[in-house]
Amino acid sequence: MAKNLEVIEQSTNKLTLAERQQKKPKKKKNKLKAVWMYTLLGIFLVVSIFPFYWMFIGATNDSSKMFTNPPTLLPGDQFMTNLTNLNESIGIFRVLFNSLFVSGLYVVIALAVCASAAYVLAKYNFKGKKFIFTAFLLSMMIPYQATLIPLFQMMSDFNLLNTYFAVIAPQLCFPFAIFLLRQNFLAFPTELMESARLDGASETRIFISIVIPSMRPALAAASIFLFMTQWNNFMWPLVVLNTNDMYTFPVALSSLMGLSYIDYGQVMMGVTLATVPIIAFFLTLQKQFISGMLGSALK
Amino acid sequence: MNRAKRFPYLFAAPAILLFLAFTVYPIIASFVLSFQERVGGEYVFAGLKNYTRLWNDDIFWTAMQNTFIIFVVQVPVMIILAMVLANVLNNQLLKLKGFFRVSFFLPAVTSLVAYSILFSIMLQEEGIINTALSYIGITAIPWLSDPFWAKASIIIAMTWRWTGYNMVIFLAALQNIPEDLYEAASLDGANKFKQFFYITVPQLKPVILFAGILSTIGTLQLFDEPFNLTGGGPADSTMTLGLYIYQSGFEYFDFGYASAIAYAVVVMVGILSIIQFKIAGDE
Repeated sequence: MAKNLEVIEQSTNKLTLAERQQKKPKKKKNKLKAVWMYTLLGIFLVVSIFPFYWMFIGATNDSSKMFTNPPTLLPGDQFMTNLTNLNESIGIFRVLFNSLFVSGLYVVIALAVCASAAYVLAKYNFKGKKFIFTAFLLSMMIPYQATLIPLFQMMSDFNLLNTYFAVIAPQLCFPFAIFLLRQNFLAFPTELMESARLDGASETRIFISIVIPSMRPALAAASIFLFMTQWNNFMWPLVVLNTNDMYTFPVALSSLMGLSYIDYGQVMMGVTLATVPIIAFFLTLQKQFISGMLGSALK
Repeated sequence: MNRAKRFPYLFAAPAILLFLAFTVYPIIASFVLSFQERVGGEYVFAGLKNYTRLWNDDIFWTAMQNTFIIFVVQVPVMIILAMVLANVLNNQLLKLKGFFRVSFFLPAVTSLVAYSILFSIMLQEEGIINTALSYIGITAIPWLSDPFWAKASIIIAMTWRWTGYNMVIFLAALQNIPEDLYEAASLDGANKFKQFFYITVPQLKPVILFAGILSTIGTLQLFDEPFNLTGGGPADSTMTLGLYIYQSGFEYFDFGYASAIAYAVVVMVGILSIIQFKIAGDE
């Protein structure tokens, strides 16, 4: 998937000879076209980026500054005040820890579960394989909300409400991730597995020391996909978590808006803190991120 | 069974067990639950009671209608915008492609709750969006307090978040269209517009279908945005099926009824997916 993006990059930057020859007589027309294109892109750029800027303005200003006319367009000096207030309201560091811990732990376990299932579904023949794979595929069509209530009852019956386990468990087997990983495992050369087998390697060893290392890009993309799924997860944690100290970021943020007095400076600080780490993460790992988030679309 | 034969089962076992416990069981249980009601703390069989109630429930139909309106407006608008942007970004003359691509994709990495809250603040009566509009002579729009504009708010917010995401999908697909198709078409005298509708669109059909299905499932389950942006209001004008399931289940604790709504959604997702596959042909 990441490879595809590289190809895209190359093919867009490359002009064919024919186009280069065509270019000269068309120069004027092209210039006009370029003006159009950049204007359009410029407008979209402002629309895409402005809310992020506004979020930052809000996080560094007093609550009332978000509703002035003329608008406050420069960062203020309320950063620390908003942060302190936010921490008093929802215990921001605890919430940040909860979200990171839950998402991190989820990625590790879900990746192990999904990758091993995807691997045997791609590379082995065994009874019931087709049935299992079809069941996974079909379940992707089922809205998550249809399982919500029995899951809640289950957690309640086992006294697991308000635990990290309850947040993570239901989505550990993630059929979409299995599907994506399977596509990648299918491309792994079976001959390599055969020759390792002849050398006396066990099946587990083949998987861990031969297959896994060559699947790093696919696993990275799947990890990002799983991480984002859990980091953004809202409805389920909202249902199973009920104390401030267990809240994940989305639940805590949402609870801020339910207070009788809403301090928008605090809220914007919360929104900023929930967004900036992911943006930083995205900007450093763009390619893996995009292929992870798009999933099979690029395959 | 020897070890090599046991291996695949061993490796698939965790996924299968988790799948049985947390997907298969809940799906069956919620189906059963949708035919039950609570009588004195116990769930007892109630026949079709939940479903007949659903059929006569105005809020359910309002939620259906809202979902439908949001879907019918938001998805095409977003797909057209994404298509236009992808085509512009695919242009050979353009510089800074990477920069534009990343910038347009950026909204898609924000958490659903965070962006919903951000928009709920920007769209307030005296918020930045109305202030900006006042400079071009548009009087304040009651974004969140008017039934029509509340829906518009949700549509605008969703379009902001998802357009870049879909654009990147389309852009990737555009790169895979063989260049000689266009060359042949221009030799035959087809102009850019004709080329777009007779080559680009048909070539992108599978990808548009994929984006369409994702958006269908997404819209039918819409929850985070109405919950955080409009709270379902005013007067249920942004009530969605997802929100109604949540309210019935966890505000009124009517698990049987909530399961019936959820099953209605399951059936609709199924039907719509089949229709979309049929329209697009089998590919």
